[in-house]
Amino acid sequence: MLPIQTVEIQNRLDSLKDQDLYIHLELTTGAYAAHNDSTKHPAANFITNALVRYGIGSISGNGPYRVGLKMDKGWIYAEGLTHYDETDAERLIMAGHDSSGKLVVALQLSREPF
Amino acid sequence: MEYQRILVVLPHPDDECFGISGTLAKHIAAGTQVTYACLTLGERARNMGNPPFANRITLPQIRRGELEQSCQAIGIQDLRLMGFHDKTLEFEDQDLLDLKIGELLAELDPSLVITFFPGFAVHPDHDATGAAVVRTIGKLQPAARPPVHCLAFSHNHRESIGEPDVFVDVSGFLKQKIASILSHRSQFYVPQLFEKNPHKNREVQERFGTERFWTYKFA
Repeated sequence: MLPIQTVEIQNRLDSLKDQDLYIHLELTTGAYAAHNDSTKHPAANFITNALVRYGIGSISGNGPYRVGLKMDKGWIYAEGLTHYDETDAERLIMAGHDSSGKLVVALQLSREPF
Repeated sequence: MEYQRILVVLPHPDDECFGISGTLAKHIAAGTQVTYACLTLGERARNMGNPPFANRITLPQIRRGELEQSCQAIGIQDLRLMGFHDKTLEFEDQDLLDLKIGELLAELDPSLVITFFPGFAVHPDHDATGAAVVRTIGKLQPAARPPVHCLAFSHNHRESIGEPDVFVDVSGFLKQKIASILSHRSQFYVPQLFEKNPHKNREVQERFGTERFWTYKFA
């Protein structure tokens, strides 16, 4: 995983538009959030292999980054992205890691199911 | 007490390392056969190394390798990867979970089972795993039930289930335990364990030298 380079991500978002894609979208505080600190509210969600298609997709911000994907009838949005997998040429694998390296958010797009 | 065969049922790679790896290494040194049924690959963990070297795609295989390394460090002879998915056990088909655990019990006839104490193990997967184990064993005739030793660490556990009743001195097996913890390098960084001869460090001995279990009482 490398720190996000916005030009690279924008190119990849453009190459994936207007086609059916499988998405993995996730946000998590971790299951131990409240165990470690009772003031924290544990929350998490993920959706894996839903089929989506967007016409406009872009990355924004100065880091951590935001990505918005405009679909025919709705939006996909992720904030807090910091890293991407530079070795995966087919799929776009992005994640947001906190200062201790823990994953907080993930946004992944692929032509094949995950 | 010596056990001929121990069945360990836990949901995530690394669930074995802090709480039971010393106990397992100790029993294995005395001749016990251990089967570790790990229900998931922990593929939804947040820890990815620091700086992160894993991602959601690569994490399952990385964690599988870490688990195999940990089992080797402990001396576990038989690792079973059960193929369930991290974070989903509480929503799984209970009959399927119970069937898989029942098959292991029938095949192995363990003299001891180790799992999480349902309701007192913090992570929903821990609680769901413990619940499936005691539900399945609870269906057996009382005389056919192996003893079940449980791990508990929720904040409220002492009020409800009291003090642990099984204490295992693992001070002679800290090398194996530390090697088990260090195997899970995507998940943990314990600075003390990277010092020279960590098993001789007094703080490490005090923190890791005793493992504690609650014997599950079937109604």
